[in-house]
Amino acid sequence: MIGFISYLVNGISLGSVYAIIALGYTMVYGIAKMLNFAHGDVIMIGAFVVFSTVSGAGYPPVVGVLISVVACTLLGMAIERIAYKPLRKASKLAVLITAIGVSYFLQNVALLIYGANTKSFTSVVTIEPISLMDGSLVISGETIVTVIACIIIMIGLMTFMKYSKSGRAMLAVSEDSGAAQLMGVNVNFTIALTFAIGSALAAIAGVLLCSSYPSLTPYTGSMPGIKAFVAAVFGGIGSIPGAFIGGILLGVIEILGKAYISSQLADAIVFAVLIIVLLVKPTGLLGRQIQEKV
Amino acid sequence: MVLLEVKNLGISFGGLRAVDDFNLTIEQGELYGLIGPNGAGKTTIFNLLTGVYKPTDGYIMLDGENITGKKTIEINRHGIARTFQNIRLFSELSVLDNVKVGLHNHHPYSTLTGILRLPKYYKVEKEMNERAMELLKVFGLDQEADYKASNLPYGQQRKLEIARALATDPKLLLLDEPAAGMNPHETQELMKTIRFVRDEFHMTILLIEHDMKLVSGICERLTVLNFGQILAEGETAAVLNDPKVIAAYLGE
Repeated sequence: MIGFISYLVNGISLGSVYAIIALGYTMVYGIAKMLNFAHGDVIMIGAFVVFSTVSGAGYPPVVGVLISVVACTLLGMAIERIAYKPLRKASKLAVLITAIGVSYFLQNVALLIYGANTKSFTSVVTIEPISLMDGSLVISGETIVTVIACIIIMIGLMTFMKYSKSGRAMLAVSEDSGAAQLMGVNVNFTIALTFAIGSALAAIAGVLLCSSYPSLTPYTGSMPGIKAFVAAVFGGIGSIPGAFIGGILLGVIEILGKAYISSQLADAIVFAVLIIVLLVKPTGLLGRQIQEKV
Repeated sequence: MVLLEVKNLGISFGGLRAVDDFNLTIEQGELYGLIGPNGAGKTTIFNLLTGVYKPTDGYIMLDGENITGKKTIEINRHGIARTFQNIRLFSELSVLDNVKVGLHNHHPYSTLTGILRLPKYYKVEKEMNERAMELLKVFGLDQEADYKASNLPYGQQRKLEIARALATDPKLLLLDEPAAGMNPHETQELMKTIRFVRDEFHMTILLIEHDMKLVSGICERLTVLNFGQILAEGETAAVLNDPKVIAAYLGE
């Protein structure tokens, strides 16, 4: 029983990281109507920035994380401006292939700068672990911070979307960018803002991920990125609560799968779950069926 | 005073001349109608006026400023707002939020202010809410402010689209077939609303319509378009009795 609870806690922790990444995927999809496959690699860049500033230059972790968030925000906006904006009217396939190209570009830039060797990432979390049930259940500081960060981000984002002007503009653009533009909404700014927020979240996700799983390579972001994409589709792509629920469920399924079925098959189980969900409910758990006008 | 002046406006899509040598002058405060058979190019003209399409020839002057070829969003800021033939509300947003999207540019605060909830955020949001509620009240939609836009009945959705367009504080309001899909009773009410908007907001209105009762009931002047070209223009009654116009509508 204790074992199960402990796996569950680990699953929620990993799931929280997936959820934060998935929020970036789902927002960009909802508003810019594109799949940003480079999103996972922004996570890796975020982690490397913290690695360089904290382990390398010796800044305090908080400063390192702030620098990383700013760097990723700028990186996300730069990617959008340089790689995606010129393709606003191009076919979806062209945008998708560009996104994959950006993903490889970021991986190779990191490879050039940091080399292929695995770096050991020092956790930025200094909170003491909590011992419960006479020490049989230990919850690490990383887990606590990750889960709390995820909940704060989730609530903050929903409030921002619902109650602020830029959030409303995002919702308006996601529904009908043409009409939004005719009502005076700056669509280009709104899309850039979406990338900025998504990438800032990616930086946080990168730090949290590498604090819990402290090995860092230029490919660190790709698998979590793909899994977070699965989580976003699982929850219903375009839906913010969907990304949250999808992320948490996916993390729990992965950890329980590892613990009780097979650690080698855990990833396969995750993707099998996606296939089953899509067969039963093609729009994902919270996705809506949208009738396309023909 | 002339509010809108369009001269020699034309656009080609590939080899198709969709609009050719189109001229239009609308006075401040006028209720002007643009009519014509299906495919005559009426909506194309709206798209040219709002910058969705860039004209191949001619120019558009709004209130003395040349707005030809400007971006949609700039044209909206210069003072043209529109509604759509097939309603295009933000259907997942509340009725109130739809209007607030329209108010976007007139109540600025930065994104950072919104994220950090600085005092300015609360002040501006309050102003926006008040202004939006005022507009909704004018259209009798204040009770439904919290409804999802898609849950409003059809006639009220049309009204909400007009309210949202007015929220952008335009000088010229374009209505694309406002009576489409309405029954005679709803059309009657719509005519009252349009007149009311003109008088209450001192608005200049250009509308596309097929419903002749509405057109003859409220439009002061008309332009008739056929195959992308002007067939007739002038006072409503005179235009509607023009044999050429009757021929175009009924066939010879």
